[in-house]
Amino acid sequence: MSKPVAQTLTQAELETLFSQSITTGVGRPVKHESASKQVSGVAQYIDDKLEFPNQLHLYARTSDKAHARILSIDTTPCYQIEGVRLVLLAKDIPGNLDIGAVAAGDPLLAKDIVEYFGQPILAVAANNHETARKAAQAAIIEYEELEAILDVEEALAKKHFVLDSHQHKYGDSTTALKSAPYRLQGKLHIGGQEHFYLETQIASVMPTEDGGMIVYSSTQNPTEIQKLVAGVLDLPMHKIVVDMRRMGGGFGGKETQAAMPACLCAVVAYLTKQPTKMRLPRMEDMMITGKRHPFFVTYDIGYDDDGRLHGVEIKLAGNCGFSPDLSGSIVDRAMFHADNAYYLGDATITGYRCKTNTASNTAYRGFGGPQGMVPIENIMDSIARRLRKDPLDVRRINYYGTNARNVTPYHQTVEHNIIAEMTQELVESSDYYTRRKAIIEFNKHSPILKKGLSMTPVKFGISFTATFLNQAGALIHIYTDGSIHLNHGGTEMGQGLNTKVAQIVAEVLQVDCERIHITATNTEKVPNTSPTAASSGTDLNGKAAQNAALTLKQRLLEFAAQHYQVSEQDIEFKNSHVRIGSQFFSFEELIQLAYFNQISLSSTGYYKTPKIHYDRELARGRPFYYYSYGAACCEVLIDSLTGEYKVLRTDILHDVGASLNPAIDIGQIEGGFIQGMGWLTTEELIWNDKGRLMTNSPASYKIPAIADTPLDLRVKLVESRKNPEATVYHSKAVGEPPFMLGIAAWCALKDAVSSVSDYRYQPEIDAPATPEKILFGIQEMQQKINQQSQ
Amino acid sequence: MIQFLLNQELRTEHDLDPNLTVLNYLRNIRKKTGTKEGCASGDCGACTVVLAEPDEMGKKLRYLSINACLTFVSALHGKQLITIEDLQDQHNLHSTQQAMVECHGSQCGFCTPGFVMSLFALQKRSEPYSKADTTEALSGNLCRCTGYRPIYDAAEQACNNRQTDTFDALEQPTLTLLKAIPVINKAGFGGVGNRCFSPSNVDELAECYLTHPEAHLLAGGTDLALEVTQFHKQLNTLIYLGNVTDMKVVSVFEDRIEIGSALPLSDCYSVLAKEYPDFGELLHRFASLQIRNQGTLGGNIANASPIGDSPPLLIALNAKIQLRCGQESREINIEDYFLDYKKTVRKSSEFIEKIIVPRQAKSLFKAYKISKRLDDDISAVCLGINVTVKENTIINARAAFGGMAAIPKRATHCETALIGHIFNKDTFESACHALTHDFTPLSDFRASKEYRVLIGQNLLRKYFLETQAQLTEGNNHTYSQTRVTAHV
Repeated sequence: MSKPVAQTLTQAELETLFSQSITTGVGRPVKHESASKQVSGVAQYIDDKLEFPNQLHLYARTSDKAHARILSIDTTPCYQIEGVRLVLLAKDIPGNLDIGAVAAGDPLLAKDIVEYFGQPILAVAANNHETARKAAQAAIIEYEELEAILDVEEALAKKHFVLDSHQHKYGDSTTALKSAPYRLQGKLHIGGQEHFYLETQIASVMPTEDGGMIVYSSTQNPTEIQKLVAGVLDLPMHKIVVDMRRMGGGFGGKETQAAMPACLCAVVAYLTKQPTKMRLPRMEDMMITGKRHPFFVTYDIGYDDDGRLHGVEIKLAGNCGFSPDLSGSIVDRAMFHADNAYYLGDATITGYRCKTNTASNTAYRGFGGPQGMVPIENIMDSIARRLRKDPLDVRRINYYGTNARNVTPYHQTVEHNIIAEMTQELVESSDYYTRRKAIIEFNKHSPILKKGLSMTPVKFGISFTATFLNQAGALIHIYTDGSIHLNHGGTEMGQGLNTKVAQIVAEVLQVDCERIHITATNTEKVPNTSPTAASSGTDLNGKAAQNAALTLKQRLLEFAAQHYQVSEQDIEFKNSHVRIGSQFFSFEELIQLAYFNQISLSSTGYYKTPKIHYDRELARGRPFYYYSYGAACCEVLIDSLTGEYKVLRTDILHDVGASLNPAIDIGQIEGGFIQGMGWLTTEELIWNDKGRLMTNSPASYKIPAIADTPLDLRVKLVESRKNPEATVYHSKAVGEPPFMLGIAAWCALKDAVSSVSDYRYQPEIDAPATPEKILFGIQEMQQKINQQSQ
Repeated sequence: MIQFLLNQELRTEHDLDPNLTVLNYLRNIRKKTGTKEGCASGDCGACTVVLAEPDEMGKKLRYLSINACLTFVSALHGKQLITIEDLQDQHNLHSTQQAMVECHGSQCGFCTPGFVMSLFALQKRSEPYSKADTTEALSGNLCRCTGYRPIYDAAEQACNNRQTDTFDALEQPTLTLLKAIPVINKAGFGGVGNRCFSPSNVDELAECYLTHPEAHLLAGGTDLALEVTQFHKQLNTLIYLGNVTDMKVVSVFEDRIEIGSALPLSDCYSVLAKEYPDFGELLHRFASLQIRNQGTLGGNIANASPIGDSPPLLIALNAKIQLRCGQESREINIEDYFLDYKKTVRKSSEFIEKIIVPRQAKSLFKAYKISKRLDDDISAVCLGINVTVKENTIINARAAFGGMAAIPKRATHCETALIGHIFNKDTFESACHALTHDFTPLSDFRASKEYRVLIGQNLLRKYFLETQAQLTEGNNHTYSQTRVTAHV
């Protein structure tokens, strides 16, 4: 480029354009940045990349014992298969064997001991996937079986833990329980959940000329992949580049557990100098990788005639699988959400991290929060049955107050609490009490089909509970033609993060999103990133990008003010145009002028979340910057002869602060609700007595299909509610909180079952409430009625 | 050699392995990676592609969504294969694609090509939007991100704003191209040790199977393909039934319906649903549309799974099957076909030629399928039951269960408790009691044995309540008070 573009528009024309607004700024329902590519099949996922002529494919041989000593591994038969390049064993790994995310405990390949059915023992590299698979199966492995612990209750009883226990204490729960008018004890098993991202775990690695690696990984955590790959190769991190354009779904499953294929590929690429790819077939993915933690919960509560809690003691035992992975923080978050939206009175919340011989359970949307909330919602229903009240009334009376009764068991004061108003709004818009009456009437006259209704709240804390993770970076270049390159540390897994971040930059610079190109997350562009997790993607990276854009804008302002001798206040950016004093310019013109005047047009941006801290020793602090709220009202129909059910209607009111993109936010809310509903209804993980996962494919593990959606689904965002905290454009995080709206479906099913006892009893139905559990719940109700009438 | 259209391009393939799936053909050989692998077991729909073929009259094309991961390349001969890459016209998205973009129906995007292809096939039915049709069309497509609501919106937009597209414009030329593809030689394709024969009529099939008793019969392949994609077996000799045209017909007689065993389930639907609405309702929940477009009634019987959905119904209806071996034919009651777990009376080189379903005007036939998920799931228990009542007395009863034993099986004690007794609650209660003598089911990940027994009994109770209502209210009885599946 040699000279500025000629001005083709008149000042009047420029002024007209200036007076209009951009159409893709914040608050607009801008379409997903990749949507057009995704619908036409050109959006590339890692497995779609063109392969090299010397491409290697990896396949892992996994343990078929839950706990055993490896006596011998004979790989000779593997090498007899044509096309096999290398068989990788634990001893061949040049650097660290352990790829544990926070604490050690996750060997990349099992060495000496296997600790779960499905644990990778060796990996075969061959010239195609099928050959690698055959060869992996050909290895001969001899074991000496050891005693396996498969049951969380057994692990808890034996204090078989992966990490230490932790406790929140508020007041004196022992005394409160003793003095409360009524006591209630109970226990509950809460099932885990398979992520079922549609794209299974995958990585593709290319060696570089100086002994490093370019790693393409479907990961939520590129920096950790970089660190772990460097670790297994014993190389400095600067030799490793991780590139991540998009994931075919993550949901937490690719926060730590994308590392295994990436590290295995890197080791093979290092040893062979050949590009290496590993894609897990669906069944292998389901057998090898960890899931949402199943929990076993016991509780003891005290309450009064109004249903108000006086004190609670809740013990949350997370089934972590064989290694710590992220279980420390996950069980912490379950504890942080054992209150959901309720003031518990004097409370003792204890979290246990049980070790079992199963795959290492990991992050999953909500990160323990959902498992923390399910028990307290069951408690609310149980109190209501005993007092013969509407469960919603019991819930409302226990909501956190705004001035009093507003301190959590971890001593954070709940500020800006809007759950009571939201509940009232949803009661009105869903016509809750009228429908409650109609349902009671319906059930009286319907011998086979029964309806259930439930409204449940969500209060979810936003911030990583590991405080240091609450930071992010971004990088923006403006090129001389006025086009903008945007990069940030977050990863796109479908949630629309890139779209929102582009909207934020568009808003700051007052240009449309078409001008902004977001590129793959890359450790060379933005370093030392946090995982895209904890719903924080936009809060952190959006703010970092906003800061980068503001830096650039400020430079342009200062330059233009100086160049045209006007004050900065007299310069305005709008709709890809700039008013400087009384003159109008296109954005491109200003950029070119700035370039010729030697103004830097590239900037990084950085952000860290203010205000948060947590003292683990004292179990006190402010782990969360703010809370997101939501409420769902669910109506279901069950068949009392078979346990089958159907969700008839769901009304949702959810709080996203000032929405950055209502279409994306509603997409997250609906998707989260359905995923949460699936977790608590049809998604059932079953292991056999050898520790083998039996529900290891979509043929046996049933996530919601299209017919499972509520017949009538009404989702609304809370209006006119900016986040009182100084988040990016006063928005709120949305990734995880709506997941827990699905609890309304579980409670509604139990409400329908309870109707069989004329709402006298709360059925003991664990999660997930499969049709089988519903039918046995109905039997339980009928037996209790019969016992009573005798 | 097989010949087909890859969109508009005529492909003549000489060297394909008959064990190659359409998905692997597209991704690995043609390097068309828009079609995704999500599970390789026909359960997620990410690999959905569309096959177009001349309709019955040969005047128009009909478009069928299928799972590329479960379809061997033999199914392509004489058809047009349309993939996600083909929909776009120059730079313009197809209206189904545009609708998915505008309605925010794509989040992570990995399932999206499959959804778009299912929507494309749905739109080609040329009917205005209906939620029920959409649910059916997308029953085999899993999305983990959206919760489906925006995809319903996209279906509505695409179906209600249907515009002429390149496929419509090229319909006649495409038909001409397809018709010019010669009938496949019965020698089929493949080499020694991986051969796929392809007979064109039932006589050729009988002869071929006599010569190659070791062959696997490949109908829709929706179960057989799992042997390759999930259990990694090599099927050395295949006989593909998809071109045996005289086994793909339905004939309706005064007293019976004869269904060719190679007829896809989606083509069986209308005739069976018309005769027995409950059969239709069950077929609606039989796997997914993609599976029903490929899978056959004959295949569902032949593979003799204890949890196949159609055998209990056919047994209750006293259906027969015609078996053929060489020039010999024999007709047996379908219940006599099953001997033990995956064992049947079928002899070497013998195959099911047709299924003969009696027509019974005054039938009280009903069917029930209980599964964890309502759609696209495998039965925990399936019941077909048919009772004849005369002057308030049960004069005949047939009740057959799936999921309760190693084979689909009649509940004989239960039937005995019904026959000759008054049609009332007590009779059915004694039938429930008798049922415990009929079966000792297993526990597995689908259901516990206790649950299976209990729903077996409760389904008899439900049957009584429904038929009682039907007998008193006449035939206008609806299931809105007795079945959650009626609420759609």
